[in-house]
Parts: sequence; C-alpha cells; structure tokens
Amino acid sequence: MQRGNIHIDESPIRFDRWLRRLPNWLQRFLPSGGGSHQDHHGKGMFGFTVFLLSESIIFLSFIFTYVALRLNTTNWLPPGISGPELSKLVILNTVVLLSSSFVIQPAENALKRNQLGKFRGLWLITIAMGTYFLIGLLIEWKNLDFKITTGLVGSTFYLLTGFHGLHVLAGVVLQIIMLIRSFIPGNYNKTHFGTSATTLFWHFVDVVWVFLFSLIYLWRA
Amino acid sequence: MTHDMSEAIAKNREHQNDWRQYFSFSTDHKVIGVQYMVMTFIFFLLGGLLAMIIRAELLTPESNLVDRPLYNGLFTMHGTIMIFLWIIPFNAGLSNYLVPLMIGARDMAFPLLNAISFWILPPAGLLLLSSFLLPNGTAQAGWWSYPPVSLQVPGDQFINGEFIWIVSLVLIGISSIMGAVNFVTTIFWMRAPGMTFFRMPVFVWSVFSAQLLQLINLPSLTAALILLLLDLSFGTQFFKPEGSGDPIIYQHLFWFYSHPAVYIMALPAFGIIAEVLPAFSRNPLFGYRSVALASLGIAVVSIFVWVHHMFTSATPDWMRMTFMATSMLVAIPTGVKAFAWTATIWRSKLHLETPMLFAMGGAAMFIFGGVTGVMLAATPFDIHVNNTYFVVGHFHYIVFNTITMAIFAAIYFWFPKITGRMYAEGWGKLHFWLTFIPANITFFSMHPLGLQGMLRRISSYDPQYQGWNVIASLGSFLLGASTLPFIANIVGSWLYGAKAVDNPWHATGLEWTTSSPPPRDNFEEIPVVNRPPYDYGDPKYSFVENSDNAESNR
Repeated sequence: MQRGNIHIDESPIRFDRWLRRLPNWLQRFLPSGGGSHQDHHGKGMFGFTVFLLSESIIFLSFIFTYVALRLNTTNWLPPGISGPELSKLVILNTVVLLSSSFVIQPAENALKRNQLGKFRGLWLITIAMGTYFLIGLLIEWKNLDFKITTGLVGSTFYLLTGFHGLHVLAGVVLQIIMLIRSFIPGNYNKTHFGTSATTLFWHFVDVVWVFLFSLIYLWRA
Repeated sequence: MTHDMSEAIAKNREHQNDWRQYFSFSTDHKVIGVQYMVMTFIFFLLGGLLAMIIRAELLTPESNLVDRPLYNGLFTMHGTIMIFLWIIPFNAGLSNYLVPLMIGARDMAFPLLNAISFWILPPAGLLLLSSFLLPNGTAQAGWWSYPPVSLQVPGDQFINGEFIWIVSLVLIGISSIMGAVNFVTTIFWMRAPGMTFFRMPVFVWSVFSAQLLQLINLPSLTAALILLLLDLSFGTQFFKPEGSGDPIIYQHLFWFYSHPAVYIMALPAFGIIAEVLPAFSRNPLFGYRSVALASLGIAVVSIFVWVHHMFTSATPDWMRMTFMATSMLVAIPTGVKAFAWTATIWRSKLHLETPMLFAMGGAAMFIFGGVTGVMLAATPFDIHVNNTYFVVGHFHYIVFNTITMAIFAAIYFWFPKITGRMYAEGWGKLHFWLTFIPANITFFSMHPLGLQGMLRRISSYDPQYQGWNVIASLGSFLLGASTLPFIANIVGSWLYGAKAVDNPWHATGLEWTTSSPPPRDNFEEIPVVNRPPYDYGDPKYSFVENSDNAESNR
C-alpha cells in the first residue's frame, strides 16, 4: 500500500493494530488478524468468555432488583425474622469456595505442563471444595427461620443464593465430567478446552460470590 | 484440479440440492440458515393471521367477533410471535447463511452449538402456540407482560397461558444467547486472510452490532422472566405491590432488553439495504466507514434509552429529561445511514429489480417511521399519545414497513445464491406493489387514529374512530393477500425456476464468488481478500489484481 496516495482502505482506526497492542492477557482471547481457523482452544475460550459476560448481566439484573427493592422498602425484615445471619457456617463456606480458585488454577497449569497426576489430584480437591460449599448452603437454608415466600427478604435471599448455588452445581458437574474425560485415553491433551473453560467458569462463580456475600451478609438491615 | 476432487465437489453439490437435508439435524450453517428462515416464515404467516382477526374485530365499534379474553390473547400472541419467532430468528437465519460466506469462512465458529440454537426454537414455538388449547387461553397481558396484570391469571391452576409464555420466551432467549456467542466469535475469529474489519460488508457489521446487543441486553429479559415466573408460580413477591414488591423494576429489566431489541431487529435490515442499494445502483456505498461505525454507534446509544418506554410510569423528571436526550441521539447514527443510502443512489442508473424495489421502499418507510420515532422520544408528545394507535403506527412503520420489507429484499436478493435458481421477476414486482401500498394504507391510518385519541388493546371503541379503522382493516386484508403471490413465486421458482448463475447481480461480496448454491465448505479455496467491499464502478479494482499489492495489503 503506497503512502501519500489516499487509499480507500486507509483507516484512522485499524482494529487489527489496536488489538495487537493490547496487553497479553487480552490478546490470548482476541485473534490479531483473519483466518485463525485452526486455533480451536483460543476460539473456544473467546466464545466462553463472551458467554460469561452475558451471564454476568443476569447476576447484575438480580443484584439491581435486590438493591432497588431493599432501598425502597421500609420494613425489610418482617416481625420475628432476623434475616440471613453471618454465621460461622457461612464464613467457612465462603473461605472454602474462594480458596478453591487457588487450587483449580494450579490444576489447570499442571495439565498444560502435561502433569496428569498432579492435575487429577488438585482437580479432585476442587470438586470436594465445591461439594462442601453446596452442602453448606443446604444446611444454611435448612436452619433459616424464613422461606422463599417470606416477604422480600426471603424472595431475594433464596433467589440470589439459589441462582449462585445452581452455578456452583454446574461448575462441580463440569469438573466431574472433565475428571472422567482425563481417564479416557486419546482424547485428552494439554490445551484441553473443557478444563480451561471450567477453570474460567469457576473463577467467575467465585467472583460473583464476593459481591453476593457482601450484599447479603455484610449489608446490615 | 484432479479428477477425484472435481468428482467430490460435484457430489457435494448434489448433496447440497437434496431437500431432505432441510429436515435433518445438520451442522452446516447454510442448512441451518434455511431452516431458520422457512420456520420463521411459517410463524410470520400465523402472526399475520392473528393480526387480521384483530383487524376484523376492529371493523365495527362493537365487540362482536371475539370475546375480550380471546382478543387480549390475540394481540399478545401477535406481538410475541412477530418479534420473537419472526423477525429476530429470521435475522438469525439470514445471518447464519450469509456471515460465514461474506467473511470467507467455511462454517460458523461452533457448528454444533449453531444447530442446537436452531432446534430449541421449534419446540419453544410449538409450546407457545399450545397455550391456545388451554381452558383459560393464552397469555393475555400483552407482549410486555407487565405485572401485576400478568400475575392476575384466571383460576389458580399451575399451568396457564402466562406460565407457558414465560417458559417459551426463556427457551427462545437461550437460543438467542447461544447464537450471539457464535456470531461474535465467528466474526472475530473466522475471517479470511486479508478480511480486516474495514473490509467487512456492512451487513456483517450490522450483525456484529446486533449480536453484541443480544449478549449485553438479552440477559436482563431472562432475569425479568425468571423473577416473573417465581412470582407467578412460587409465591415470591418481587413485583407484587401488595407484598411491597415493585412492578416498576420489571419494566426497567424488560425495557433494558426490549428497546435494544428494536435495533437487534433493525440493524440487520439496515445491513440488507446497504448491500442491495449499491448492487442495483452500481455505485460504491457512500461513506462505507461511517455507515459501518454507525451500526456500532446505534448499538451503543440504544443501551441507554430504555426509560423512554416508561415516561408515564412514575418516572422522575430528571430521568425523563436524560432519556429524552439519549433517545433523540439515536437519530444521529441512523441519520448517517439514511443519508448514505440516499447518496449511494444519487445520480446513478437504477436497476429496479424486485430486491431494489423492496430495499428502496424499506429505506423510504424508515424515514417516515424514524421521524415519528423522534417525535415519540420527546417526553411531552409521548405523554400526549401514550398508549394510542400513534405508537402502534410508528412501530409498525419500523417493524413491518422497514424491517419486513428489507427482509423481503434479502429473500429476493439472495434467492439465487441460496436455491441456485432465479425467482420470477414479474411475480416479485406484483408482490412488492401488493405489499407496499396496503402496508401504507394500514399503518398510516393508525397515526390519525392515535392523534384523535383511540387507545390500543381495546376490542370496542367510540364510533367516531370507525372510518380510519375500516381503512386500516381493509389495508391489512390486502396485505395478508399479498403473501400469496410471494409464496407461489418462492415455491414455484425453487422447484422449477431457471438455473441461476453464480453472480446474477454482478455484486461484489465474497458470497457471490462461490457457486450457487455454495458447496458444503463454501469455498473450494479460502479466498484472500485484497479489496474494499463495495468497489462498484471503482476503476482501480476493475482490472486484474496486482498480486504484489494484494500481498502487502494482507
């Protein structure tokens, strides 16, 4: 392309160049030019990230509903109801869930270095931690003195924790599938899309929990 | 090319013409695209039928054809079907067919996911229709389904029209999200070498912008529907005023999606117009770069305009003012598009084949619908005509006169590519005039009706409104009849039409460089792109390519 001549293809905004200059972590997801047909892992991770963006909007909508209702309601807690308690159970649950992110990431890294044994061990610990969180959630639900039909506090509490719990459950199911697949010879390689996506999903679920935990338990009535 | 290869390609083409593939679970984006388009057209006919029953009821001031609950069900289902089972999925189908061809890819990024997104739709649509069979009928709260009206379902049975309506809409939403992930990834990752963002056709830009909106805004509708379902069937109180819930929150969540949904429907239509006008005026698209960026501009601005649907919903004044301003801002990027279309056909020799007629008709009608749109964005005027037929007239100018016209343009324009056969030109022109004139009769009449104060969603009205109502109804019956020559033409031409050449319109897009219909893998060899998308009449590109130049452009 000649300089000096105004060429119809000359643009002040060259997306391709922008993208090449973006930090590395972003470039991992964005192709710099056309025709990346063969990079299944990168393509898959890009699509999955885009999906998680969408998923976060659902959580944001629920959080918006919670905050708007709570700010506009004078009697947030019906008489005789103490609301969700920041109990030892909840704190322990939160600690376990958040620290599981620091277990699953080394697991994925181990797989990328082809250390299959280490991957399976750490992966199994993550599954245990996720399951622990789910059981803890059920115990918490059982001990509470209000139900989903008990005013707005019940509606929003079970909505937020329930929807998040479903995501934890989905994450654990994905982890179990990936663990089983790691024992099937031949279809597993170090850049396996499923494990990377599951890891990303798990981080996402954890980050969402930080926001929900703060809103539900730390915002006192 | 070896003998084996040409034999394989011939076999491939033979397979391509096999009608049975359209009834199978295929992962070919072209098959899925046709499946989408044909299925949604059936829903279009159904939705049109419901509209004509509504118009028949409105022929007389008294309510005498259908009873009140059925009338409520009719307009609810008409709106729902036309939006969620006609325009949005038709656009998804058309984009499915065209985007990989236009960017030089062999398929979508995730072919299996693509097939699944389609196959969610037929059960969801049938589920929605099945609610007609329920003892208490379909959902009756309008396609908005505002609580607390939508929560007042007759009887206390668990399964009712509203419940089914919510479930099928959530399913359709899931399908759309999967589609959006697929489109955005495809456009980012699957472009052929040399296909930079600013060499993509405007249609691809439009699809990209529309699908970004799906990703960002659709989840808020899903959230609203989940909350509504919990309120309806599980005893929660999010939107129930008696339980200190807030119905206004539903409106925020709903319109945060459903206003941008207008652009999810309209952007691909604008893209179609931008493809057809240059091809039939033999001119490069005027201001290509601005038009491409205007698509993104419309998408971005439209995220911040939803409150203009709530000017009469106890919205504070500062919010009304803000959203009046942002709503009017949409006129800038859409104005850029309308200006560019006009400038494209300016002083050119027009070839008025059917696709061009529909594209020009759609563009012209968009000017009218756009102007009434700016009027409605003004808070005082909006409050004046709120809930009247003026609003109905405005959005039908957009969704029928602009978007559906553009869709017809697209069907005629790409018909030779999709089927490998030519449609009958005379029948196409007949279809255009039978659509264009009655559509204007029907939907124009709604503006004076609304200004006089006739409310929408009522089956009986004051006799003073009868005159315009009769005109609108007669127009709508003619409009319904206009689909008959269309169906005859499409079915007849698909079966018996003359064989089409690869590029009957001498258009410049990549999709025209492959055979009609394209082989399974779209291109025998992935093309290398070294020219802008609309180089009609540009002498620089009318000669054989300089290969060195092509190399340095990559």
